[in-house]
Amino acid sequence: MDQLLQHGLNALILGGTYALLGIGLTLIFGIMRVVNFTHGELYSFGAYMMFMWVMFAGVNFFLALVLAVVLGVALGAAIEFLLLRRLRGADIDTTMLVMIGAWIALQNAEQFAWSGVAKSIDNPFPSSPLVLGPVSVSWNRLFVFVVALVLIAGSYALINRTRLGKAMRATFQDRETASLMGVEIGFIHTATFALGSGLAAAAGALLGPVFVVYPTMGDLASLKAFAIVILGGLGSIPGATIGGFILAFMEELGAGYVSSGFRDGMGFLLIILILLVKPTGLFAQKERIG
Amino acid sequence: MKRGATIAWLAFLFSVPLWMGDLYVLHVLIVTGIFIIAAMSLNLLLGYTGQLSLGHVAFFGIGAYVSSLVALGFEAHLLPGWLVRLEPKPVWLAMLCGIVFAGLSGWVIGKVSFKVRGAYFVIVTVSFAEVVRLVALNWVELTQGPMALNNIPPLRLGIPGLFELSFLRKPANYYLVLVVAVVSYMLIRRLVNSRAGRAMIALRENEPLANSVGVDVTRVLVLATMISAAMAGAAGALYAHYVRIVDPDVFLFIYTVTMVIMVIAGGKGTLAGPIVGGLIFGLLPEVLRALQIAPEVQWVVYGVLMILVVYFLPDGIVPAARGWWQRRREAPAAGAAPGSPTPEAAR
Repeated sequence: MDQLLQHGLNALILGGTYALLGIGLTLIFGIMRVVNFTHGELYSFGAYMMFMWVMFAGVNFFLALVLAVVLGVALGAAIEFLLLRRLRGADIDTTMLVMIGAWIALQNAEQFAWSGVAKSIDNPFPSSPLVLGPVSVSWNRLFVFVVALVLIAGSYALINRTRLGKAMRATFQDRETASLMGVEIGFIHTATFALGSGLAAAAGALLGPVFVVYPTMGDLASLKAFAIVILGGLGSIPGATIGGFILAFMEELGAGYVSSGFRDGMGFLLIILILLVKPTGLFAQKERIG
Repeated sequence: MKRGATIAWLAFLFSVPLWMGDLYVLHVLIVTGIFIIAAMSLNLLLGYTGQLSLGHVAFFGIGAYVSSLVALGFEAHLLPGWLVRLEPKPVWLAMLCGIVFAGLSGWVIGKVSFKVRGAYFVIVTVSFAEVVRLVALNWVELTQGPMALNNIPPLRLGIPGLFELSFLRKPANYYLVLVVAVVSYMLIRRLVNSRAGRAMIALRENEPLANSVGVDVTRVLVLATMISAAMAGAAGALYAHYVRIVDPDVFLFIYTVTMVIMVIAGGKGTLAGPIVGGLIFGLLPEVLRALQIAPEVQWVVYGVLMILVVYFLPDGIVPAARGWWQRRREAPAAGAAPGSPTPEAAR
């Protein structure tokens, strides 16, 4: 029982960052119709920026986190501006190929810059865990969870409460009509991609100090984000949030009670189950793509 | 005229081991040939049905693993409490098992992911490859995990007591790969010119329209996935019995990427595309290595090339070259300049 509680707590904390990854990906897909294969690279970019600022430049941990997210936003905006802008209106396969090319180039540039050796990042939190009755959690993970929740709440507020968010939702519903109503579609696309990329970079910067940082870490992050998004329904933000937590629970329980080697296979299991049972995802809003 | 060119090409390819004394070059050509077979199988899906399989290496690896395991024999629990023991089988039978098994997994993947259209097939295949890699890595009892399967026997053909052909040396393997490649090529050509092939092209161009004239879209897609997976499995089996060692790294994503780049750059949906792309990207790493370029940089170059091809040669090299040749022939006096291909020439 205690073990189950501990697994539950671990899953809850992991779920926060998974939800961040999922929301970023689903936003980009929903608004831009782009299957973003660079999502995982933004995740590892966030982690490497954290590594660079904390371990090389000796910047304060919390400041480094902010810097990593800001740089992630900037990189996302740059990718949209340089690669995707001229492909607007191209079919989904074309943009997918370009994103795959960008993925390979980014990942190997990272490997070239930082070498393939896994790196760890120091954190300023006390090393003794916080003990809550039968379960315990490290301060670092608790911090990760709180920041993730704040960022999720922030994204919801941005999308539902601001003018920019309204323009994004309008573009999501109908691009042409939104454009006719004076929404600057080009700007919305850049903003969406930058926001989604920033969330992925934040997830990487948060989890980098918890785990280790290595060049191909983004691949698994991408796969998990895809699983989360399919689970929640492509384009659904509440779906991605809940999907993130569901995947985290499945992984944690699967690793605890089945086999830790297949922990990362849970996402695939989830995709297959969803496709068999409810192919539109749990929270589908619109028609299917394709 | 066209037939003559084909025969000349084939004669040239068959003559290579006769005058090429450098075994390393032969080795590079064999591996390139294996990848060209895999790229041709990917082209069947990507080029003719328009579906991108981003986990094609899974079928390649399944072919390699199943074929090696059947040839080596194994003893493992396939289910908890169900111990299975298999005596080593002849290699040709093992390769056949690998091909069938890869085809079956393609059928299952197609069945599951073509319930819906769009990005799902891509995502399912890419995560399928990851899971198969995890299985190969963690199911140590069966696959030896990271210790790899060693001493895989090479292919032997013949009639017992009369004669025997052992595909151990490089020239023999070269001919084996060449023959399989030619057979795969002819198979794909037959297929895309058949009723099923026309159905594939129809649904790539306009799925609702194809559906309305009676094409059973899902069935055709599943069929194409199965054939493509089986062919990739054949390439994997060839690979396993040539290099004679298989480890979970055969499932690395980068191999799928190599196949995709070969098809895209060469020209998806053309018969010659994967061959041209395969030759370029199979030999390019050797050139880059000779120039002492780090492997990471090489992959960065690949990624950038892929983006550039999508921007500037969206149909690939073969259609672009064909269009250029056609325009040149039509207007010799005007001195036609190379440019973007015409849509008619693309297919």
